[in-house]
Parts: sequence; structure tokens; C-alpha cells
Amino acid sequence: MPRLIKDGAIVEDRWTLVREPPSLAALPLATPVIVPLVLWKSDRNALATRGEVAVWLKPDEDPAALAADLASLPLIAVDFPKFTDGRGYSTAKLLRHKFRFTGELRAIGDVLRDQLYYMRQCGFDAFAVRADRSLEDALKGLADFSDGYQATVRQPIPLFRRRTAAAIVTENTPAANDP
Amino acid sequence: MYQYDDFDHRLVAERVAQFRDQTRRFLAGELTEDEFRPLRLQNGLYIQKHAPMLRISIPYGVLSSKQLRKLAHIGRKYDRGYGHFTTRQNLQFNWPRLEDVPEILGELATVEMHAIQTSGNCERNITTDHFAGIAADEVVDPRPWAELIRQWAALNPEFAYLPRKFKIAVNGSTVDRAATLVHDIGVHAVRNETGEVGFRVLVGGGLGRTPMIGYVIREWLPHDEILNYLDAILRVYNRFGRRDNIYKARIKILVKERTPAEFTRAVEEEWQLARGGPTTVPNEEIERLSSFFTPPPYAKPRGDDTGLRALIADNRPFDNWVRRNVFPHKVPGYAAVTLSLKKTGVPPGDVTSDQMDAIAALADRYSFGELRVSHEQNLVFADVRQAELFRLWTELKGLGLATPNIGLLTDIICCPGGDFCSLANAKSIPIAEAVQRRFDDLDYLYDIGEVSLNMSGCMNACGHHHVGNIGVLGVDKNGEEWYQVSIGGAQGDGASLGKVIGPSFAASEMPDVVSRLIEVYVERRHEDERFIDTVRRLGPEPFKERVYATAH
Repeated sequence: MPRLIKDGAIVEDRWTLVREPPSLAALPLATPVIVPLVLWKSDRNALATRGEVAVWLKPDEDPAALAADLASLPLIAVDFPKFTDGRGYSTAKLLRHKFRFTGELRAIGDVLRDQLYYMRQCGFDAFAVRADRSLEDALKGLADFSDGYQATVRQPIPLFRRRTAAAIVTENTPAANDP
Repeated sequence: MYQYDDFDHRLVAERVAQFRDQTRRFLAGELTEDEFRPLRLQNGLYIQKHAPMLRISIPYGVLSSKQLRKLAHIGRKYDRGYGHFTTRQNLQFNWPRLEDVPEILGELATVEMHAIQTSGNCERNITTDHFAGIAADEVVDPRPWAELIRQWAALNPEFAYLPRKFKIAVNGSTVDRAATLVHDIGVHAVRNETGEVGFRVLVGGGLGRTPMIGYVIREWLPHDEILNYLDAILRVYNRFGRRDNIYKARIKILVKERTPAEFTRAVEEEWQLARGGPTTVPNEEIERLSSFFTPPPYAKPRGDDTGLRALIADNRPFDNWVRRNVFPHKVPGYAAVTLSLKKTGVPPGDVTSDQMDAIAALADRYSFGELRVSHEQNLVFADVRQAELFRLWTELKGLGLATPNIGLLTDIICCPGGDFCSLANAKSIPIAEAVQRRFDDLDYLYDIGEVSLNMSGCMNACGHHHVGNIGVLGVDKNGEEWYQVSIGGAQGDGASLGKVIGPSFAASEMPDVVSRLIEVYVERRHEDERFIDTVRRLGPEPFKERVYATAH
């Protein structure tokens, strides 16, 4: 079974990512699937009856399209076709902050060690690291920084509101609404 | 100036460690060139024609003498004994070895410096008025706000991979000395009728391939909402800015394609999400940041120096220097001094390590150990006693830093060009030098008066050629270097973009071209008219006629 990073550890991945399904009938059965938004939109009711289903978003797809489904979706994946395409960071931020999504938020695609820290700050908690790269190595990327200046999904209180406190709360201290 | 606390130190140390490991992995073949490039760019490291180029961040252009000494040391130890000040108020070294860069970043960290986000598709160094805190026309000191924005922009997780580079400038005076109209975001600190500080926000200005003047998208923003509002602008840009074409990826294209009104609507809507939230800036933070920018202990009694007039009357060269390079200070008895980095024969903005050490010593002696970098690529001592101007002038002359040409034709803004930069189509430094040699007669230079000549070696416009009264752009024609000339550009409040006057010129023609433009001005100017005023009144035609009638 393939593996990924979830909640800061390497775990087995029970989900199957379906990048380009030819049709609903062609979906693998008896396994949880992550389907493209376009399929979810066209066949939502049929998909809902066939077991565990999640949705993945392209960089230009609006997370608002899932606003009505967030409570029922266990997982949303956001695709990074290239690691230099930064739209997914804002998609994650909106899903967590604006739409209050609390399920698994997974980065897929060109997901590499040197971007993981930023991704996690923006609300991702699962990282399907590119298949040709070591997960053990990528895991180190989560620890690149111990804290940052900004309010993020992971640390919703910006540094300037914590600076006055006697000790600086580090990123590893669970924050109030840490997803 | 701002002082790091434990947090700032740790963040920069972690950044150095991160980059050290990234460099190691690249050299070990674990990171491909394509994977390493964006990482090294976000640490200021370009691969240039001859060697890597390392661009070091000087936040809003403020530098201590201690930091300058460190830069001098780095120049000597890792480079060829000099550095180049840029139009983004930064410093770049042209000859470091890739393997040494982590060491250099480590040395910089010891003096609270770094190279974070000095290139790449991210938020770049925040720039501001080089006379911040001392100008008589200042409404709000922009430095605490620039520092606030710097911290928000530094390693901001959501905005590390923007469609393209992103530049923010802050100005707090009635005169815009920070070129805010040609920035991705221009922030004007203003006061309302009750004296409260707020911001006017402009978006979508910029130079480069498609130069544009920014639009005001909000006339008044409550000061504590500044970061929430910037966050909203960046999110709209990050999500919707074009990524299909690098030449259309700047925010100005998004603003234009969506229309400013529609773009503003999107930003205002996005802002509601964060408004009043945790990133709303508390008063304690504004006070904390302001405490780093309090006035230095000025000498008493204060009052304008009476001896200065006599010295000026007696000494024509000193008089020239005072008129061109000394700027009035809001505290009586003090003045700001610009050290010209535009001596003929020296590439504009270049300073040797020996000069840096000497400048640091002078800053300690004459200006409370601090200096500024101007976006015109000169250095500024902001707090000099008028009674010491003559001594300082004498010392600066000895260092070749007292050329009395600030604001004049030979105070050329110029990128490193084809001599160094692999993006350049053409050299820029030799053209600047040829023009400086042509106008080496000070009397004539003074008679011409204020005129800006800005030169870029390519479309990227690092030399701000669009906003030069005379703009020069290096272009490539079948592998040869040619120069396109524009006139009518200006920075500041009445910012305007220059118009190209016609077909481009060979390098050897350039001094004549500039001479002819100036001749038309001298012949046809009205009294008290600057070059730009005459160009605006007459239009480009008489200038074109003269240049092309005789040059071709």
C-alpha cells in the first residue's frame, strides 16, 4: 500500500487518487476514492451511494464549489501540478479559514520536502509526497522553522500578539483551533 | 533602527540552516536544477554570466555602520572587494561562489541581515523614502510601518510562490520619494482631519515590459487594518494572477484585465474575511515598532549654523556640493547628506570594501552610526550637524564620494547590465560612463539643472528607465546591442511613463543623442522650467526632430 505523511508521521494511504476517470462505472470499487471536482459535481448522488468518496481540486478550481458538501467530505485534496504554482496555499487557507473545513486536507502532485512547512501552515495536514522522493527525507521539511511572524491556519495568533508573552509559544505547541 | 529579538535571530538562523542543507542537497544531486532554482532565488542567489550574484536585503534601505563593515568584510573575503547598491535599496555581490553562500548568510545573520526574498516570485524588500524620519514634509514616519509589513511579508507561508515578483513601497511624506506609483502596491501613510494615521492604497503600478501607473483602490484604510488589507490583495493576486505567461503575470495585468473597479471589489470582499481578526495591528505593536525609530540624541543648543553661509560664500565647490547633495532637516542645525555613488568612471551604485569601511567610520562620527540607501543608488547620512558639513565634505572628497551631482544628468540610475547580468540585452555601465564624460563640465551640468537619466539593460527595467526624464533601454537586434531612448518619464507625485522617441541607436551614438535632447531643452526652456517641464509643454516632436535630423 502506498504511504504518505499525515499529522506529522508516515502512514499507509488507503485512498486511491483518481486523476482522470473515464466514467463513473470505471471507478475502482471497494476502495475509498478521491475524484476530480468535475465528476463530483456531475455525479454527486451516485458517488455518495458507493462508499467513501473525497474530492480533489485543481489550482484554478474555487473551493467555494464544495461549500455545501464540507460536512460530509472526509477529505479534500489540492493538486500542485508544479511546486512553483502557489495557488493551492490560498485554496487551503480558504477551506480552513473561510469554509471551516475540518477533515483531512491533503496536498497532491509535485509535493516536495522544501514546501511542506509552508503547506502545513496553510492548513494541510496530509502530504502525498511525489512518488520518486523519500518520505523520511520529506518529513524533515516540516521542521524547517519553529515559528513565524504571521497568523496562519496552524498558528492563528500572529507573533506580535505573542511577543509580549514571557515565552514565545512555538509552532509545536498545539494552537487553539489546530485542525 | 529595528533590533532583532530572540525570535528574529532564531528565524534567520533557521533560514540559514535550511538554505545550507538545500545547497548541500543540490550539490549532492538530490535536488535538480529546476527544484533548486526557486529556493536559491528566494535567498537572493542568481546564477549570472560569470558567477553567482548574491543580493542582500537592506530593509527599507536602513543600514548601521556595523552592518556596512560586515558587508565590506564579505566583499573582501568572498567577492572581489566591492558591492553594488540597487534600485530596491539592496546590495548585491557579483562574484561569490555558490559553495560559500551559506557561510555568507551565516555571517550576515550575526549583524541581523539576510538575503530572504531578494529575488524570486515572492514579496521583495519593502522600500521607502530615504529621508524618512527627518524630512520637513513628513506626515507619518513610514519606517515602523515598513518594518511591520516586512515582518508580515517575510517567509509568509501563503505567498511564497506568487505568479511573479511583488514589490511594495511605503511613503509618509507629501512628496513621494519612494516611487510608490510604480510599485505592485504603493502605500501612502496619511492623516485625517483629527490627526489619525491611515493609508491610501495603490495597486497595479510597475515597470518592466508593460509599465503602468498604480490605481488608488482605497483612499482611507484604518491603520490597524493594513496587514489584513495587504493579505486580501495578495490572496486575490495569488489565486487569480496569470500563470500562463510570465510576461503577463504581474498584478498590474490582473488589475487591468479585471478593471480596477472589479479588482477592488474582489479585494474588499476578501478583506471582510480578516477584518478585525487576529492580524489587526494592536496599538502596543505600533508603539513597540515606533520605539526603534525615535530621533537620535541631537546636540543642543539647536539652531541653524551661522558659519555655514560664510563657508559657502568662500568656496564654490563646497557651495555646489551643499546645493546638490545636502537636504534640509526638520531639526534646526542638522542636515541630510547624500554620498554620490555616481562618480564618472565608477559604475553607478558600486562601492569598494575600503570605501564601505571608510563610510562606516564617517557614519559613526557624523551621523549616529546609521545610513540609508536611496533607490537612486546613492547613500544618505540622515543626521549631520550643519557645523560639521565642511569637514564631512572634505573627507568625502578624499573618498571620491562627494561628486556634487545629485538630481543632475550624471546622477544616472543604472542596472549592472550586460557586463554582469545574464538577462541583459545590452551593456548599460559603459553608456552611463560615456554620458557622464560628455557632461563633465560642472557649469554646463548645473545650467541644465534637474534631469534624471535612467538606464536598463533589458525589459525587466531594474534601471527604472520608464520613469527617467530620459530613459534608455538596451535592446537586442540580431545579436547586436542597441539602445532605445524615451523622454518624458518621471517618478514621484507627478509620475509619468516616458515615450519612445523612435528607432534605437548604437552605443557610440548615445552621448550625441543625449546632448541633442539637452540642446533642445536649453534653447527652448522657459525660465524656471526643468527638462521634464519643457518636454511636457513642447511634446516629444522637437526633440525627435533634432535627434534624428542629425544622428541618422
